Amino acid sequence: MFDYSKYLRASKLPHIWCPGCGHGIVMKSILRAIDKTGWEKDDIVVVSGIGCASRLPGYVDFNTLHTAHGRALAFATGIKLAKPKMHVIVVSGDGDALAIGGNHFIHACRRNIDITTIVFNNGIYGMTGGQYSPTTPDGDRSSTSPLGNMEPEFDVVKIAEGAGATFTARGTSYHVPQLDNYIHKALMHKGFSVVDVIEACYTTHGRVNKKKYPSNIDMLKFQKDNAIPIEKAKKLSEKELEGKIITGIFCEKERTEFTEKYQKIIDSFSGGEK
Amino acid sequence: MTGSKFEFIQGNIACAKGAAYAGCSFFGGYPITPSTEIAEYMSEYLPKNGGKFIQMEDEIASLGSIIGAALTGAKTMTSTSGPGFSLMQELIGYACIAEVPVVIVDIMRGGPSTGLPTSPAQSDLLQAKWGTHGDHPTIALVPSSVEEMFTETVRAFNLAEYFRTPVLVLGDEIIGHMREKIRIPDPGEIQIINRTVPDNSGICPLPYASDSGKPACIPNFGKSRFHVTGLNHDITGFPTMDPAIVARENERILAKIYEQREIVDKWEEIECKDADILMLSVGSAARAAEEAVKTLRNKGIKAGLFRPLTLWPFPKDTFVKYAERAKYIIVPEMNLGQLKTVAERFTKRSKIIPVNLVNGEPISPEHIISVTNYLNI
Repeated sequence: MFDYSKYLRASKLPHIWCPGCGHGIVMKSILRAIDKTGWEKDDIVVVSGIGCASRLPGYVDFNTLHTAHGRALAFATGIKLAKPKMHVIVVSGDGDALAIGGNHFIHACRRNIDITTIVFNNGIYGMTGGQYSPTTPDGDRSSTSPLGNMEPEFDVVKIAEGAGATFTARGTSYHVPQLDNYIHKALMHKGFSVVDVIEACYTTHGRVNKKKYPSNIDMLKFQKDNAIPIEKAKKLSEKELEGKIITGIFCEKERTEFTEKYQKIIDSFSGGEK
Repeated sequence: MTGSKFEFIQGNIACAKGAAYAGCSFFGGYPITPSTEIAEYMSEYLPKNGGKFIQMEDEIASLGSIIGAALTGAKTMTSTSGPGFSLMQELIGYACIAEVPVVIVDIMRGGPSTGLPTSPAQSDLLQAKWGTHGDHPTIALVPSSVEEMFTETVRAFNLAEYFRTPVLVLGDEIIGHMREKIRIPDPGEIQIINRTVPDNSGICPLPYASDSGKPACIPNFGKSRFHVTGLNHDITGFPTMDPAIVARENERILAKIYEQREIVDKWEEIECKDADILMLSVGSAARAAEEAVKTLRNKGIKAGLFRPLTLWPFPKDTFVKYAERAKYIIVPEMNLGQLKTVAERFTKRSKIIPVNLVNGEPISPEHIISVTNYLNI
């Protein structure tokens, strides 16, 4: 059995997350993936913004930084560029990463800076009590979409790849062994990597959509029943894929990493004497 | 003065050279008139000297990036102007509560909103003090010359490192773009202060422990493990809602600066001791005020200038000393009365004569002198 005590700040537990929340599942998956890398704890920085997922850094024994809403990637970019030997991991909710932090997200993708971003995508603003986010499904009710969400959703993986990320994957909080694999691969990837983790928030999202999600268990079952691996999805029509969660590794490619390129420029002036 | 050299440069370049002198190794910025030359200079200087420059996607990201870099131990800076400074306000508060040293240069221009991008103004004197929410310490330095753009930028880094807090340099379009001859100080001529960093490794249990009224002694990321947050936190660095601790820590980040005024205060006084007309002015407006003082003195009128180089915290004790004996306090400024509100706090309102200009033009000595014509002195 995996020994989490090496990585957890036991005195900070229990965590704030509700029963039925996927954040604890994803945190453990991240810790198992980090363990597999063999990295020193001192060399790892976990950075977050604001929201439920963003409380994660407080629970894990690394260099941890809880920033302002939406700004995790801005801080993380400064850390990585100033000290490239650090392994920088950003944990962020869907509102944090894609609404208020959307600009930083696409530009971090474009730079291909060696940071791994895990999007805890539960399709709701949980911390503030359940307002619709950029990934709330069409028609779902929330405290600010009492008549049903009228806005279409973002596809995190498509945005990331379109903006220049060189590793993108999507998993769920139900399919845990696969998620471990995606996160580990993202961590080992040189360049900007994104793992979109489909999760559920029963407390603020499920409870106001009882017909669709009768219980927190049903929300996990929803992930189980609707996830389709990318290989299988390729054979299905757009109509057949409607409302489905396509999982797997979407892109994994090589492109010059930003901080390495920067170091080469610096070295060309210092004559290799440093 | 061996090896000393003189240069004829604009204020923004002097600012960048001051940052280099102070040991700045990381700059995150976003282009905005009239500050852009600072970023342009750093974009070449830093990579050629082992440092890092990055052009971020906006001013919020710029400040975020330098706070992140500062947490790894780097001395960091950004530069901007009014609209960008407005965007930075939230993270200025973050750097205050998390006690992260950064230098923010604001080359002020006309406002509100996009305003007058290429014209001078002193539009952000109060935003510098009150722009971010919550009670927080503010250190803001206001240079009046190209030479001071260099020396005050060095001082900004020293104060940021010493107090572990963001320090603002409020230039303006005139000071930023004006060219003057300055002597670049020799290395070591101006003392350079570096933050105190604990040398423990492994877990750092109390990164925000501090003596009463002193800055915290926080390790750099990569040396030992600890937590940083913008939530109110205790000495462990972790969030707390304990009223006693929240109050104590909120008060400490103010006290660490306001109880060491001898380190942060700086002003210039010209003919203040017997002044009947005392002028209170900063930045480029103070240059006109100084000229007006000379002209008035030549006419036999006892005029003087009190010019804070550290505007925040305001050097009130010395100002009050001169303001009390003066018959009139003239406050020339390129806004509609921001510095005037400060004077009003510390002296009789009836004595104060504002001189304001918000049309994008500099205040002239003649303009200031004209208001003295009808005074009973």
